[in-house]
Amino acid sequence: MSRTFVGMPDFPTAAAEATRDPQLRHNLREATHTIRDKRDSAVGELDDWAQLRAAGKAIKDRTLRHLDVYLEQLESAITAAGGTVHWAADADEANDIVTRLVRDTGEREVVKVKSMATQEIELNNALERAGINAYETDLAELIVQLGDDLPSHILVPAIHRNRAEIREIFLRTMAEWGVPAPENLSDHPEALAEAARVHLRRRFLDTKVAISGANFAVADTGTLVVLESEGNGRMCLTLPETLISVVGIEKIVPSWSDLDVFLQLLPRSSTGERMNPYTSTWTGPAEGDGPRNFHVVLLDNGRTDTLADEVGRQALRCIRCSACLNICPVYERTGGHAYGSVYPGPIGAILNPQLHGTSGPVDASLPYASSLCGACYEVCPVAIDIPEVLVHLREQVVSGSGHAMEKATMGAAGWLLNDGRRLGLAQRALGAARSMIPRRAPGPAAAWTDTRDLPEIPERSFRRWWRDRANGGEGGQP
Amino acid sequence: MRIALFVTCVNDTVFPDTGRAVVRLLERLGHEVVFPEAQTCCGQMHYNTGYRREAQRLAVSFVKTFSDADAVLVPSGSCAAMIRDNYPRLGETGSPLDREVAELAPRVYDLAELLVDALGVVDVGAYFPHTVTYHPTCHGLRVLGLGERPYTLLRAVRGLELRELDGATECCGFGGTFAMKNAEVSSAMGWDKARSVATTGAEVLCAVDNSCLMHIGGVLNRQRSGVRVMHLAEILASTEEEPARI
Repeated sequence: MSRTFVGMPDFPTAAAEATRDPQLRHNLREATHTIRDKRDSAVGELDDWAQLRAAGKAIKDRTLRHLDVYLEQLESAITAAGGTVHWAADADEANDIVTRLVRDTGEREVVKVKSMATQEIELNNALERAGINAYETDLAELIVQLGDDLPSHILVPAIHRNRAEIREIFLRTMAEWGVPAPENLSDHPEALAEAARVHLRRRFLDTKVAISGANFAVADTGTLVVLESEGNGRMCLTLPETLISVVGIEKIVPSWSDLDVFLQLLPRSSTGERMNPYTSTWTGPAEGDGPRNFHVVLLDNGRTDTLADEVGRQALRCIRCSACLNICPVYERTGGHAYGSVYPGPIGAILNPQLHGTSGPVDASLPYASSLCGACYEVCPVAIDIPEVLVHLREQVVSGSGHAMEKATMGAAGWLLNDGRRLGLAQRALGAARSMIPRRAPGPAAAWTDTRDLPEIPERSFRRWWRDRANGGEGGQP
Repeated sequence: MRIALFVTCVNDTVFPDTGRAVVRLLERLGHEVVFPEAQTCCGQMHYNTGYRREAQRLAVSFVKTFSDADAVLVPSGSCAAMIRDNYPRLGETGSPLDREVAELAPRVYDLAELLVDALGVVDVGAYFPHTVTYHPTCHGLRVLGLGERPYTLLRAVRGLELRELDGATECCGFGGTFAMKNAEVSSAMGWDKARSVATTGAEVLCAVDNSCLMHIGGVLNRQRSGVRVMHLAEILASTEEEPARI
């Protein structure tokens, strides 16, 4: 059984551990800064980026507002095109549907196009329990699968690995799964890609069932769209006899003219390219061309609950580009595993607590996994105000049980700060006690003083100086 | 101009020199500064940590204290951003708080905005013969959109040599309660920022937010780097007759 995120520690614990791993820090810094710079120049080329961004936001908002209408339209269009639509309320339902559909074909093996929705529902494990082997064909997903690892990035799931580590994984594991890696494999990117290509080629040719997600689902024509860079998706979407696509219900765009906007926003934001190498679209089965059986599983799994939240629903605009991960100073230092989900980084910090609720320790800690610096909002191609949603979710967390110490402190601070005279008295007390404040503090304050000095507390507050000056007192010059 | 100073609770309590520098600078430029003593805190810490009701109470109190002011100076980028960007989210649409915030917020300025936009001054007659690098703090940069204003003001200071800061737009890792709740990540960010600052060789790190400077300065001190942190106001208040000590 592949590893899962179940039982991961909360964010601060996992993040603290990650910051102490110099190799991880180095790999992440190199990778995120490279993609970040590429994105900057790709976006900088366009004079109308701000308008595109506003259009992307508006289209998604309009679609989400009338999601019921568009979903039924999509279902009708797919059915008219010869596909079959299945509705899944949660991960278990989706996994059961896909397992049954694969079983019906009589096959025991499936190839997969990289898909966040199937990662979210842990489809590979569900299939494995039913005796079906799922093979990832995206290079980074393959590295994760072979290494019995967990994805740590939306676009580049193996971003935490460098090429020496990848070479080692290929040499050690490829033979168990199929075509082995060449013995003299080097760690040059071309050699690693060639080893993966050879390893996967037989799979593409032999496997009769493919499973994909979709970046977009066009409601008026019933067309699904996948953007990718390696051609593995094109292979999976054309060679097998049966294609099963698992699609989150928020992936809808009303029409092809709406799609136009996102085909500009997504590649530039995710890989920093003007256009991604492969864009595949499919509208039902076609005689003599591509899969003959076509199923779409429309997945809710917490999305309608998210849609019900007026502030939080903007997270459903997300097109999974990863620009927020690549720019995030927190993600850069912790990596994706610390977020305990296939959706890491800033978008994960607002998506996971909404899809699952904030009752679990990991999901309750995620809204705090940010300094609220706002870089994510700035780069988001559909203008999701991530800091706004983080604060909104923090309100939900503190309105629950627990946080007794913090609530008491915040309450006391609120009382103290609600009155200028009270604050003045507290400042006098602090000024008098200033010599007793230790350089290294005990208890919770050690979180600060372990790595940072405290500022020197002045004897006289500004407010006291102001009053002294008004009274013509000593040191009255500003 | 008559300018009401909202000094902020952190400056009031821990960094009174910044408030004094603001008063000295504005009076030197011929303006009147008033300090309404009922003022306390903008509520940023409460709001950002999820304590909306406490933040609302502080917002009500702020609006009451400053509603008559022609201009409110807030010498802290994140507090000015709290008032301008987050106060409008605190009151129900059409509520008294909502209306009062909409009326007052356009008259709330950060120091760089007040000088450049409202007072139309770039050369404030300052003298500061030191090497300086500037960290554009996140709220000043992304919420207020201060842009070139602080750099323009610093370039006009006689004797001052401005050094470029590598990775300037990256967060220093303070983030209010983030610095305590995720202390290791916050420190890792702070140490990287401090390294960039030290690499410039500047004697002074300048910013418009003392909370960020407290964090970066805490790291710089711990590293015994010898770099001093100073609020923009303290550099602009410095003159040949009364130079700021570093």
